Amino acid sequence: MTDSLDPTKRQDVTLVTGVIGSDTHIVGNRILSMALEEAGYSVVVLGALTPADEFIKAAIETAADGIMVSSLYGQGELDCRGFRDLCVEAGLEDILLYVGGNLVVGKTPWEVVEKRFLDLGFDRAFPPGTRTPGVIEALDRDFAARAQGKRVADS
Amino acid sequence: MSRNAATALLIDFGSTYTKLRAIDLERSEIIGSGQGPSTVTSDITIGMEAALADLEQQIGTMPDFKYRLASSSAAGGLRMVTVGLVKELTAEAARIAALGAGAKLIGTYAYRLTAGDIAEIENHQPDILLLAGGTDGGNDEVILHNAEALAGSRLDCPIVVAGNRVATDPIAACLGSAGKSVVPTENVMPEFNVLNIEPARAAIRKIFIDRIVHAKGIDRAAEMFDHVLMPTPEAVMEGARLLSDGTDNRQGLGPLLVVDIGGATTDVHSVASGDPTLEGAIQRGLPEPYVKRTVEGDLGMRHNAASIVEAAGLEMLLEESRLPESRFREILDLFLADVERLPDSEDEHAVDRALARGATRIAVRRHSGRTEVVYTVMGPATAQHGKDLSTVAAVIGTGGVLVHGSDPAGILAMACADSNDPESLRPRSPKLYIDSEYLLYACGLLGSVEPEAALTLGLTHMHPVAQEEHRHGRSSAAG
Repeated sequence: MTDSLDPTKRQDVTLVTGVIGSDTHIVGNRILSMALEEAGYSVVVLGALTPADEFIKAAIETAADGIMVSSLYGQGELDCRGFRDLCVEAGLEDILLYVGGNLVVGKTPWEVVEKRFLDLGFDRAFPPGTRTPGVIEALDRDFAARAQGKRVADS
Repeated sequence: MSRNAATALLIDFGSTYTKLRAIDLERSEIIGSGQGPSTVTSDITIGMEAALADLEQQIGTMPDFKYRLASSSAAGGLRMVTVGLVKELTAEAARIAALGAGAKLIGTYAYRLTAGDIAEIENHQPDILLLAGGTDGGNDEVILHNAEALAGSRLDCPIVVAGNRVATDPIAACLGSAGKSVVPTENVMPEFNVLNIEPARAAIRKIFIDRIVHAKGIDRAAEMFDHVLMPTPEAVMEGARLLSDGTDNRQGLGPLLVVDIGGATTDVHSVASGDPTLEGAIQRGLPEPYVKRTVEGDLGMRHNAASIVEAAGLEMLLEESRLPESRFREILDLFLADVERLPDSEDEHAVDRALARGATRIAVRRHSGRTEVVYTVMGPATAQHGKDLSTVAAVIGTGGVLVHGSDPAGILAMACADSNDPESLRPRSPKLYIDSEYLLYACGLLGSVEPEAALTLGLTHMHPVAQEEHRHGRSSAAG
């Protein structure tokens, strides 16, 4: 069992949230953003219709520790291609990247989808139906692991 | 004129002329105007005395003015360099703040300043540098790096620090120990996508009043005025704000746009919230200020006439001027060679009109927001970037070509929405006015002491122009 971040330390962690690409589905992302804020994280909310480079620019300016990308309309893989490379290019090599939502169209098994997004450089991918406490728990564990010099917590 | 009448003298130390407006405050009337050359490079008092003599000749005995307020764009205006982190975020916020303070931007930088950037900034010799970067609690490395780079430079102008508040004290210490003059203020972008430009504007204005006025030699005429309050572009902006908002006692014109076509640049000011009026439009990008100023450095009737032709397209201007290309070019060359030339023939007026229409169309299009249709799996969605000015109630034009030209309505109509460019959120059916007495700056200055009189003065002297035949913005020639 890995350590979990002390909830009082959450305010020192800045997270950027948004819905990537030509995607207007804002509700889930808004619920997530509110839950993160309520949990005490510092959240920078970009909202719907956010191009990949806007996530990066916001992360630079706010010195964010993590980016949470939502994609609900099935085009996520196209929109997220090269996302980690953009981060590396912008000097954000180590930023924590999460992605979640309806990431692909059709009935591809989740393990396959997850591997695809991990291969794109995301640290974690979350399937449809993920509840916010699960995301917060993962964040707490990952940032605790980072404090110990690891990239992410063992899953 | 009795010595006791409540009167005000409003002075504009311009780049070409020193202009005066004498105002009767009780009746909100112009008593007289005066004009002299701009002599700031030699001795500003010479031009001022000439302007006063001109005024005195018109009105007889000079009244004992209750206020003598000045603005200045002389000696190159308020020349500023801005520095931020991400180009579209804090660097843009810094740019907006400087423009809002009436500055002339001579350099804008983003990310880490390189040795080459520093050399360039040293060459620019700005009057003020505005240093931003990072939201509060956000990135502080880059602004610290840039502060150190500036500390090691030969730059000797005041530096306004308006970045990540965590970095402000170390930056002030770093620049201070290098002998730089530092003015710390609030962050221009305290949170992501939240603009906070007023504190930086106030800091810039204070430096302008306390130091730049002296540095530029304007205070040599100090006996002839009480205060230089602000740079002239800011005075125009304040005049526009007053005319739009009105006062507690008198309604203004509502949301408005000012187009100021000059010899070197075309300035556009909007006083409007700019919120989306299209149903379902999603606002994207940096929020823009309620009072927004843009300066188009490539659109000027003389110094930048060639780049108007480049931006608007020669073919269109030829069609608008109804002149053959050789004749058009001949006149264009005349204008470029003699930047103070006033048109003195039908043909020259036609070229001026075509240039002004081109400059207005492009400047207002750049100033205004745009919609973009994004195709999603749920169908098309509309994203809006910038300010929606479609419901703006009034467009005011100022500048020589509008005041003295043959077709002010035809020029101002180009500020309006265009069915060929429906994505551009320009005013749909505004009333058109000309600032024929060149009073906007005077209203801005006077508004700081007598807002009621300034508003009445402005409202009664903005001259409505007929617009029926031009309502849709273009003759068949426009494209």
